Amino acid sequence: MTHPTQALFSRPARYLLVALVVVAALLPLLHLVFPPGHTLHISGYTLALVGKFMCYALAALALDLVWGYTGILSLGHALFFALGAYAHGMYLMRAIGRDGVYGSALPDFMVFLDWQELPWFWAFTDSFWYCMVLVVLVPGVLAFVFGYFAFRSRIKGVYFSIITQALAYACMLLFFRNDTGFGGNNGFTDFRRILGHDITAPGTRAVMFLVTLALLVGALCLCRWLVASRLGRVLQGVRDAEPRLMFIGYDPLWFKLFVWTLSAVLCGIAGALYVPQVGIINPSEMSPANSIEMVIWVAVGGRGTLIGAILGAFTVNGLKSWFTAAFPDLWLFALGMLFILVTLFMPKGMLGLRLPRRRASPTALREKQALEEAA
Amino acid sequence: MTMHVLRVLLAALWLVAGAAWATPAGVAPALLAPLAGDDPDARVTAVASLGALGTPQAAAVLRALQDDALYATAEGEVGIAGPDGSLPEGAETIMVNNRLRVAIAAALSGMDLGAPQPARRLAAARAMLDGEPDPAQSAPARRALVQETDDEVRAVLALLVARIGLQSNDPAERRTAAVQLGESGNAAQRPLLQALLEPGFETDESVRVAAATALAALDSRQRRADLAGRLFQGLSLGSVLLLAALGLAITFGLMGVINMAHGELLMIGAYTTWLVQSLFRHYLPESVDWYLLAALPAAFLVAALAGMALERTVIRWLYGRPLETLLATWGISLVLMQGVRTLFGAQNVEVANPAWMAGGVTVLGSLVLPYNRIAIIVFAALVTAAVWLLLNATRLGLFVRAVMQNRRMADCVGVPTGCIDMLTFGLGSGIAGLGGVALSQLGNVGPDLGQAYIIDSFMVVVLGGVGQLAGTVIAALGLGELTKLLEPFTGAVLTKIGILVFIVVFIQRRPQGLFALKGRSVE
Repeated sequence: MTHPTQALFSRPARYLLVALVVVAALLPLLHLVFPPGHTLHISGYTLALVGKFMCYALAALALDLVWGYTGILSLGHALFFALGAYAHGMYLMRAIGRDGVYGSALPDFMVFLDWQELPWFWAFTDSFWYCMVLVVLVPGVLAFVFGYFAFRSRIKGVYFSIITQALAYACMLLFFRNDTGFGGNNGFTDFRRILGHDITAPGTRAVMFLVTLALLVGALCLCRWLVASRLGRVLQGVRDAEPRLMFIGYDPLWFKLFVWTLSAVLCGIAGALYVPQVGIINPSEMSPANSIEMVIWVAVGGRGTLIGAILGAFTVNGLKSWFTAAFPDLWLFALGMLFILVTLFMPKGMLGLRLPRRRASPTALREKQALEEAA
Repeated sequence: MTMHVLRVLLAALWLVAGAAWATPAGVAPALLAPLAGDDPDARVTAVASLGALGTPQAAAVLRALQDDALYATAEGEVGIAGPDGSLPEGAETIMVNNRLRVAIAAALSGMDLGAPQPARRLAAARAMLDGEPDPAQSAPARRALVQETDDEVRAVLALLVARIGLQSNDPAERRTAAVQLGESGNAAQRPLLQALLEPGFETDESVRVAAATALAALDSRQRRADLAGRLFQGLSLGSVLLLAALGLAITFGLMGVINMAHGELLMIGAYTTWLVQSLFRHYLPESVDWYLLAALPAAFLVAALAGMALERTVIRWLYGRPLETLLATWGISLVLMQGVRTLFGAQNVEVANPAWMAGGVTVLGSLVLPYNRIAIIVFAALVTAAVWLLLNATRLGLFVRAVMQNRRMADCVGVPTGCIDMLTFGLGSGIAGLGGVALSQLGNVGPDLGQAYIIDSFMVVVLGGVGQLAGTVIAALGLGELTKLLEPFTGAVLTKIGILVFIVVFIQRRPQGLFALKGRSVE
């Protein structure tokens, strides 16, 4: 089988993406260059909102990788998201230094609990780069260990979904405890600075926005490359006919474990990008409802398309922002109906609604060709 | 001499006036004399001796003393004012201090020990125990113990005798008392026994040994009572879990529908209970205590209809696509929650326990089993039995099992599978409604009620093994017991986390749950 080194995206998709990235990259510049009140000024609120959506989009992308391409539905991705956020939050808490309410070197909540020193797992968290390592390692290791045992026992389908939900729920309860050492109910907030820069300064915001954008685009390319590779084929084989894949000699364990861990890490990174832009992280971020909401982003956009995940995250969260401001009581009705209608009538999501094309895209052609070869 | 004349005169006057001043008849004046004296100990002894006498006259004296109506003349003569309030000259009320009051109360209750009503005897015995048991009460208490027929009173009396015996001068008696205190199993007596073991308090070695043995017996009894209490709480929690999960065992276990709206069906049941209660309060206030009986069928019907509507409109299009079902039913749960919030408000509504559920039964000395918990355990057992019968002994149950085991074959032999799907889902939902009635009796009823139980319900069904009613029962009770047995050591939250981790690990060891159907499928 030839494996052409083709472009990751079809030509129109590429143009569209480049255009979108350019527009997105312009937002922080508009925020910085034009003074407030100017027609072209982008407010800090809008910038933070779009930044938040990009973090969600990155999490949705990670979820699409496991759900859309490997058929593993996780109801615990909010956990990985929150773990990444907490890992980064530890640094941000330490970076407050003595500027907290109590003027202590310890984070305020520890002073409040009358703790005299940092718990051991807070060691070295004053280093930004150490925390960045944690952002990758903590969700990654947890996902690896959990996934290893789950996939080895061949837990799949809804069972896997339910135990991921239980895991996230258990962790949420754990983080709600004050004694766990992560601020209990209130979590982390009141951040002051990041790497020595004021966290609310327009310049810092702009840089965080651009970093998020870069990572989102990078992750999209990575995922695109991954699913188009031979590894990606095996993953789709896992999704479509796992027993058959086993019978022809593949061990699905390591493929699933790889993509599951990668997804958790991406999700953790999304969380780490989220926390400085939103300014707070608390345990309710891990709640089962949040995990399921992530799933609906992917379902709305169209699972198994990657772009769809990003599209879905922006659409649903945009709707949410608009609804919760305009009709706060109706948002849950709308979200609930979205769940029902999308699963009943739009199994392929928004991307499934596009008009039939005259000419199949090169990617689709290649996939079709591969299918015929495999058959 | 003049005094004597005066007294004779007075006596004559008294005869004429008709018992104006009464020295109590039937009570030896020697017994009464110390009451008027100054020696506090003698006064307490006198009260106790009066109590030991046990005659109605003695009781009259004691009551008079209690009411400040016992008088003493300067000569030390003691008497009660006549009906017309006449008193001899110079007679003054005998002052009663607190110590004496306690002694009087104890002595009086000692007399109540002979009362014909067991409740009065019990109250009397308790009062004596709570007072300062005095050696003088030993005889009446023993006498009462011999005569007593009521077990509850006997237990208190035995305790009383033992406590009095502890103060005895006879080491043998003290030893017996210590042994009895140990046998009583009453943890409140622990300090007494501990005091015996204090250095220098008790001289007799055999009493000390007996006290130590008794203390150990008390402690082990207490431990057993604690354990029994925890087991009961576990059983109670298990029944709650069972009621919450039983409906899911049908919809998820038998039909394979991942119904994330199951919790909201519980909530619908609880809200129906609240509505029925409100209707009763409004229209039938005199029989409001029996609203639960009406709430049961109402909750079943409302939840079952809601479930059937869901099945026909949404779920049946998604059979065979479990992950999509999960998402759609989650959406339904959001809509239902928000719907209830819009209709009835976001605040919790108040569902009261009926009066007959208040209170509890006391077992093993100190363990109280609340009636509402007992009612829910019984209710869970009844519902489980009904479901089992329905599935295994009726034609509907036969069809349900047939459709679940082999849909095509059932269809071929004429089972209306679509209708059976609807009815099965309705049954599962209706049972969730019944669970909601039970939950409304235990905790808050609010729009979020279902969210608290949905994960637990899934854990129970998955742990028990899908499609296995027995597995669900054992998993629910097992989880309940495990939670309550662990809780004293780890605290509630850590226990919850531990249980969830345990289930996650358990499912990885045995993906098919406790009771797996044997099969050779690769899936």
